[in-house]
Amino acid sequence: MNWGSWLLWGFVATIALTTLSEGAQGAGLTRMSFPVVLGLALTPSRDKAKVYGFLLHGLLGLIYSLIYVAIFQSLHAAGWWRGALLGLAHAFFVLTVVMRFLPSVHPRMASEHYGPTAKRMLEPPGFLALHYGVQTPVAVLVSHVAFGAILGAFYQLR
Amino acid sequence: MQFADTIPAIQDYAAIGDCRSVALVSRHGSVDWLCWPRLDSGSIFGAIIDRFRGGHWSITPKGPFRSEQHYIRGSNVLQTLFASSDGRATLTDLMPVCEEDYKQTAVLPDRHLLRELLCTDGEMAFQMDFRPRPDYARRSVSVEMNGPLGLRIPLGRGVGWLRSNAPLQADRDGAAARVRLRQGDLLQFSFTYAEEAPAVLPPLGAEAHATIDRSVQWWRGWLAQSEYRGPYRNEVERSLLALKLLAFAPSGAIAAAATTSLPERIHGRLNWDYRFCWLRDASLTVRALLGLGYVDEVESFVSWLLHSTRLTQPKLRVLYDLYGRIAPREKILEHLEGYRGSRPVRLGNDARDQFQLDTYGEVVEAAAHFAERQAHLDRTAQKALIGFGRYVAKHWDQPDRGMWENRLGGQNHTHSRLMCWTALDRLLQLDNKGLLSGIPRQEFLLQRERIRHQIEQRAWNPVLRSYAKTLDGEKVDASLLRISRHGFERADSPRMQATGRRIMERLGAGEGLLYRYRREPEEGAFIACGFWAVEYLAMGGGTIEEAHALFRDQLRHTNPVGLLSEEVDPETGDALGNMPQAFTHVGLINAALTLDEEERRRAERPRDRSASGLRESAA
Repeated sequence: MNWGSWLLWGFVATIALTTLSEGAQGAGLTRMSFPVVLGLALTPSRDKAKVYGFLLHGLLGLIYSLIYVAIFQSLHAAGWWRGALLGLAHAFFVLTVVMRFLPSVHPRMASEHYGPTAKRMLEPPGFLALHYGVQTPVAVLVSHVAFGAILGAFYQLR
Repeated sequence: MQFADTIPAIQDYAAIGDCRSVALVSRHGSVDWLCWPRLDSGSIFGAIIDRFRGGHWSITPKGPFRSEQHYIRGSNVLQTLFASSDGRATLTDLMPVCEEDYKQTAVLPDRHLLRELLCTDGEMAFQMDFRPRPDYARRSVSVEMNGPLGLRIPLGRGVGWLRSNAPLQADRDGAAARVRLRQGDLLQFSFTYAEEAPAVLPPLGAEAHATIDRSVQWWRGWLAQSEYRGPYRNEVERSLLALKLLAFAPSGAIAAAATTSLPERIHGRLNWDYRFCWLRDASLTVRALLGLGYVDEVESFVSWLLHSTRLTQPKLRVLYDLYGRIAPREKILEHLEGYRGSRPVRLGNDARDQFQLDTYGEVVEAAAHFAERQAHLDRTAQKALIGFGRYVAKHWDQPDRGMWENRLGGQNHTHSRLMCWTALDRLLQLDNKGLLSGIPRQEFLLQRERIRHQIEQRAWNPVLRSYAKTLDGEKVDASLLRISRHGFERADSPRMQATGRRIMERLGAGEGLLYRYRREPEEGAFIACGFWAVEYLAMGGGTIEEAHALFRDQLRHTNPVGLLSEEVDPETGDALGNMPQAFTHVGLINAALTLDEEERRRAERPRDRSASGLRESAA
């Protein structure tokens, strides 16, 4: 395992993923901001949630990149397209599994069964996170494929 | 009476729900409208929009009977009382609700409609007829008998289960039961729906009865938060409960109504789908809920307003779906005959593509009400509000479709200008209070004054002696009664007094009712406008006594359980339009709150005077 290379490119790939997904939000393609969703699990303040969420999201990005790197090492091969394929699988996992279970574990997210109690809650993402805008799955796919491709292209195998 | 003979009048329906979906139950004990899993999903029972094809679930006495409905006090649990020459019975209908904490301890169905029938006196024979017709009767139905578990009914993506302690007879496309009850006999019917996971089959008997008690307690606990103590408590509380039924808890959105295509004119074409969230309703809704002390609901709703509309900001659409997505385009369901033959039945709403400037003022004012109460606005909300302000400052001088969604083209609506003025005025007020930072103050001040100047110069018609519906126009519009409510001009000013008189004269429909504007052929009187007139009178357009009298006139148009639709036929008194309607109930609550505020203000005024008189004497 090349720890230095993992740390550098894991960090770069995470920055790229965050930039692409937040850029998609800024461009009005989706209302999904995973850092905000993560941050709101820690604090009800939207302003603080952004800061905490970005830190947590960065940490999670590094952890996920470790899994990518472990797979590259076990295959004795990396490359941008292998990384992109892993990113694609990762995105599908996020959209179908993580999004589905998020309302059950997130303390400030409503589920489809929530109510009639009214507390300020995040709306549930729904199937493929479509409640956050119809282009959300595309934004998630593109950002995760970019994440994997960067990691695959630049990680130096040992 | 035979079910298929006719469909009841719109005012003969009561609503039940769980803040995710709503059902309408007729005075004859028939569920004629139910959309699951959400109130904007396809209907499973839709007899109200097609008495033959739509599907229904009726529990009615055999032979002649009388019936009346009421809600169990302080709740959205409905009771229908049946009486015949042989006996009496009570049918209790509800969608169970409970605390979120309780959901962590019990396995509950995704969606549940529970009906309990108790014979209270003598003997009565009943027939139950269960005819689900999923997806607006576009899907076929098959029913499987599963022994003691009940009937399993595949419903598109989900599955329904009908269970009862009455003997159910399944047939090709539904089920029926015929029973004779003696005093004290009790039957329960449970219809559940599951889409995401294996269905939960809730027990009947004592557990079902406990579910009813728990639901009543939940509604009463929620209603106990109301701070209204005025003379119209019953009516205000019923409106509040109706509004809560239309709130969609998973997102915080509030739907305009629970139904689609209940006509604004029988056999007319004014049949619209109202199961979306109109931003037009925002500030009035927030004022009503805040005035009654429901801060959590308002926080949820304002949060939905600002964050769900993010994809289109700084532009705002007229309406959004329950999750803040752009509402679907209009589609006509050709196979349905419509309420009493009023075609077409529409899904979706093409007003989604309209340009309406009033929405900006409504959203900004809603957020301002809330921000002032909380004394805080987070940075994302501030950014969104300033974005709306900039958009208004740039576009206020354009023609738009106006609050009534004119489908014939854009006009320079006075009300839209008023709401643009309101948007900039509230943003400047928020800035003064230190709740906003970074607003282009000079630009907003300049544009606010330009709007005022235009309204005063071009919306006032000296020949008509009234503000007009459009700039340089000659017609009046009931929306002009809102001028004082938004703080543009005092209700007792000569211009507003003259405008009020002209509106009552030209738009009066008798019995205190008002048309929103004149059109040919006429539609029904618009109930919310009558409540605006009450506010206008109470604020100085008339006397407080006149305002109370007009308010009582409006209350005569509530149905027997206290619900209101959008309009009333002034000739027959029949309800028209979608039901129940949030905008109308919000109008009722706001009028009651205004009456209360003005009463208190007037009560304090003599005291102020006598206090100042005492000071002068002392001096």
